[in-house]
Amino acid sequence: MPAIQSPATEEIHPDVALVARAKQGDTAAFEQLVRQYERQIFRVAHHITQNREDAEDITQDAFFKAYEKLDQFQGNSKFSTWLVRIAVNESLMRLRKRKTSKTVSMDEDVQTEDGSIPRDFAEWRPNPEQLYGQSELGEILRKTIQGLPPGFRTVFTLRDVENLSTEETAEALGLSVPAVKSRLLRARLQLRERLSRYFRQTNEGARA
Amino acid sequence: MTCTEFLSKLDDYFDGQMDADLITEVRVHVKKCSHCEVVMDTTRKTIAIYRENEVYEFPDDLRERLHAAIMKKCTKASA
Repeated sequence: MPAIQSPATEEIHPDVALVARAKQGDTAAFEQLVRQYERQIFRVAHHITQNREDAEDITQDAFFKAYEKLDQFQGNSKFSTWLVRIAVNESLMRLRKRKTSKTVSMDEDVQTEDGSIPRDFAEWRPNPEQLYGQSELGEILRKTIQGLPPGFRTVFTLRDVENLSTEETAEALGLSVPAVKSRLLRARLQLRERLSRYFRQTNEGARA
Repeated sequence: MTCTEFLSKLDDYFDGQMDADLITEVRVHVKKCSHCEVVMDTTRKTIAIYRENEVYEFPDDLRERLHAAIMKKCTKASA
């Protein structure tokens, strides 16, 4: 029997109806979208800017912009991807303002091979996060990701923290799929290298 | 497969976007190359640690405050 591929079986994302209602002025529908994505948008903004106050402002601004521009949302992408794109742009703009002498863009720091060649080949402890208390671990993870260039940090956040697909990440960042992949690999390898300092198995087999 | 080739395939391997022959090649490579085996294992752990731990908390009070501010801004604009 030949395989049947019917486009009718394609699932319609539940956001589609909410967006349609919101476009017609249904505030409750828009509020539901805010509820669904406020955590994600805050987290993305916080990861990129590394600053809680900025993340708060960006979350407000991103939703407000989305609300104002809702008519321009064509539905070619997912609503969440569109929203993330707004938040990423706002976040990068905020970084640019903060670092007046240094450009901040998705194209930055991609030429360097630094950190993309593994150097540390020590195995990690079996449950490395258990070596540290929750707040100490949080500090290590924040410090480590802060050290990445913004372009790498952003790709890692969308792909690995927020679980967007490679295609969605490319769309949200205005990058090609190969560019996302190359940044993601470097981001992952650089983070691995840095985390290894904390999680590697010591020679004695135990943490001093 | 060389170590460089292995590295260039690592993301596709993690993301499950690889055909069966290449998966076999990757597995054969890490079996005989202890360095790449460590890189694969610790990179996987790196991703898992960031995925499983909320690096930036979003406490309920902050969420409620932000939510109210967003809705106030939007409804004010449409009024």
